[in-house]
Amino acid sequence: MADLTLKERLNIPRQHIPEQDPQERVRNFQEVNLGYDEETAVLEANRCIQCKKPQCVDGCPVLVDIPEFIQLVVERRFREAAAVIKKDNTLPAVCGRVCPQEVQCEATCVLSKRGEPVAIGHLERYVADWEREHIGIQIPEKREPTGKRVAVVGSGPAGLSCADDLILMGHAVTVFEALHALGGVLVYGIPEFRLPKAVVQAEVDALDQFGVEFRTNYIIGFTETVDELLARFDAVFLGVGAGLPYFLDIPGEHLNGVYSANEYLTRVNLMKAYDFPRSDTPMFDMQDKNVAVFGGGNTAMDVVRTSLRLGAKRAVIMYRRTEAELPARIEEVIHAKEEGVEFMLLVSPIELIGDENGWLTSVRLQHMELGAPDASGRRRPLPIEGQTEEIPIDAAVIAIGNGSNPIIPQTTPDLEVNRWGNIIVDSQTMRTSKKGVFAGGDIVTGGATVILAMGAGRIAAKSINDYLNHPDVW
Amino acid sequence: MNTIVEARFLGPDTKLLRIVAPPIARKRKPGQFVIARVHAEGERIPLTIADADAEQGTITLIVLGIGKTTKLINTLEAGDCLEDLAGPLGQPSDIQNFGTAVCIGGGVGTAVVFPIAKALKSAGNYVISIAGGRDAASVILENELRQISDEVYPTTDDGSHGFHGLVTDKLQELIDAGQRIDYVFASGPVPMMQAVAAITARYEIKTGVSLNPIMVDGTGMCGGCRALVNNQTVFVCVDGPEFDAHQVDFDTLMLRNRMYREQEEASLDAHQCKLEAHADMRRA
Ligand SMILES: Cc1cc2nc3c(=O)[nH]c(=O)nc-3n(C[C@H](O)[C@H](O)[C@H](O)COP(=O)(O)OP(=O)(O)OC[C@H]3O[C@@H](n4cnc5c(N)ncnc54)[C@H](O)[C@@H]3O)c2cc1C
Ligand code: FES
Repeated sequence: MADLTLKERLNIPRQHIPEQDPQERVRNFQEVNLGYDEETAVLEANRCIQCKKPQCVDGCPVLVDIPEFIQLVVERRFREAAAVIKKDNTLPAVCGRVCPQEVQCEATCVLSKRGEPVAIGHLERYVADWEREHIGIQIPEKREPTGKRVAVVGSGPAGLSCADDLILMGHAVTVFEALHALGGVLVYGIPEFRLPKAVVQAEVDALDQFGVEFRTNYIIGFTETVDELLARFDAVFLGVGAGLPYFLDIPGEHLNGVYSANEYLTRVNLMKAYDFPRSDTPMFDMQDKNVAVFGGGNTAMDVVRTSLRLGAKRAVIMYRRTEAELPARIEEVIHAKEEGVEFMLLVSPIELIGDENGWLTSVRLQHMELGAPDASGRRRPLPIEGQTEEIPIDAAVIAIGNGSNPIIPQTTPDLEVNRWGNIIVDSQTMRTSKKGVFAGGDIVTGGATVILAMGAGRIAAKSINDYLNHPDVW
Repeated sequence: MNTIVEARFLGPDTKLLRIVAPPIARKRKPGQFVIARVHAEGERIPLTIADADAEQGTITLIVLGIGKTTKLINTLEAGDCLEDLAGPLGQPSDIQNFGTAVCIGGGVGTAVVFPIAKALKSAGNYVISIAGGRDAASVILENELRQISDEVYPTTDDGSHGFHGLVTDKLQELIDAGQRIDYVFASGPVPMMQAVAAITARYEIKTGVSLNPIMVDGTGMCGGCRALVNNQTVFVCVDGPEFDAHQVDFDTLMLRNRMYREQEEASLDAHQCKLEAHADMRRA
């Protein structure tokens, strides 16, 4: 197949990734996408026309050499394909599953101008899964120990990728995590049906094998401060994420049945409340209930689809703009619809209403229309005067994003943050205002993406390495 | 890790556990708490650090066995370990020399009050402690309080020990007797804290309470612990747990604390047998 003509390549249709049947999957938490088999992956890889000036690479936030790894898939050299991806992306099995490819690499793929782009995400996933399942995550060559010690705070994608690079550079690395489990949002936020815990665990296990030390239940700021860390480590990386959920600031938010997305997902994913009472953490009983989810991002989709899996009768996304503005990955929106999620668009909750026992009974919605574009470039939703509606609901989940957690800034007075509490860094080096301290990921950017957090962790690792070699230059 | 070195009952369902946790013992300040899990499928529950010994690297927790997890914790003995222990969490208590401070604990709330009373005493206050309970057995830490207070009043609902009446009755009696009070700190069941706040508001006595909402992470990540204080939403785990009693919306807190009542009862029933089997096993 290696010598297909251009025309033949262009004639191959984009290969669909096999999925669990929608009727079936809304009753389980197993992964929706099943992944390509080898022949399908090779066929899809043959759609790549190996552009001289590949645009896809420019669309990738970490500049993975996409045509090269795809060519290796064509040649069935999967081990080498994995190595090529890993030069730039330490978490391909995760990113292949959760990156918004449709606005990144696949958006800039030349094929997308005339038809459907190469399924770069599915291929990335195939290669990463192949490596994990066939040969295990490969341990790259590790440099001689430098005798330097680095503390990495937070075990989300930023922390994990920073630790990965630093350990391979020969530094001793300890990761400190506040929760009892490792992986950050990848384990407490993103559900099993989109990102199996085993995939994340395999990455953590690999780091453990490389020699990274992990300390869970360790809250930097409280258990030990950043200054105390600096007394026993040569540098500190802060990858603590954006965990402080926003609420809507409307009446009724304290009613029972109202959750933040973080609490809802943490109860289900991290604490396994779906398995109550076998697991000890309880959850609002969703069986045959009406659930409203406010928001339109990946988090909102994860919550609404989780609700169906918990037995909800009706699960509705309530979003204040239109479908075109939904910030979620397109695949999640499609999957949600297939599973029976309803979308109420151009509505905004203005009041949550409850009974005398403090339980939620309904939501009052304000109908909206789109006005002129706002600072984000998206058209601003404006209330249509007099048009409100009350809808009975049993549970409501607020999925409108996260602010920044105050613990580290409060306990590290000389660490500069902006007015939203995000840590200020030099974007080239990820250096903070405090000597020896670096930061990256959601705590710097506000809620963003796995790939950006991973990229930031790696830039920080390189810059920490430079600093450890020349500590006087800050 | 997290090994229990001492475990003894203070009352029928109230157990004291001293646990090896050197970093927490070193760092904790009065008013802070930990999040604990008993086993791999366990829930995360907040427990106040009742005391700590930095040199020995131990912290003391006092647990009232009412739900599945707390009952399970109370089956643990010296030598057992907790699965997870994270902390110290929350803002330390507001410790100043107010003058005369009355520290009021209801039931296991006395465990929250104890470290704060101790710190208030060290800060130079004249400390009056009121420790209430249903009956004599549920008044805890009375002896410990005697060592760090200037006056101690146990109170019981049934009159079986000390003052016959509620902690608030005792507080009112002190006020009526002309006792000068500059500060009140209270911890216990929500209705008790609400009643204390109502009295001290009348006399304009500055009052602190330590809130006890349902928590998950304890680090500000989930918002499940939110409460209304001064009409603003606060996250008790990171903004508290201590707040100005006169600004807390106790009614909302009370309703929110009932959120999982049904599930908790079901889960408790389901596990009661297991617990009993477990206890039998231990005895055997
Ligand atoms: C439900 C949900 C779905 C998402 N879906 C997608 C998606 O499909 N695609 C995508 O690209 N992105 C998605 N995102 C966003 C993505 O997950 C984040 O951008 C990314 O995880 C940020 O990585 P991070 O390493 O900066 O932080 P996090 O993943 O948040 O990890 C930070 C870690 O630090 C720990 N921590 C915090 N404070 C401390 C402290 N003081 N001491 C020690 N540890 C601490 C936290 O417990 C946490 O484990 C989603 C987010 C959510 C919530
Ligand atoms: S317990 Fe989750 S924010 Fe307080």
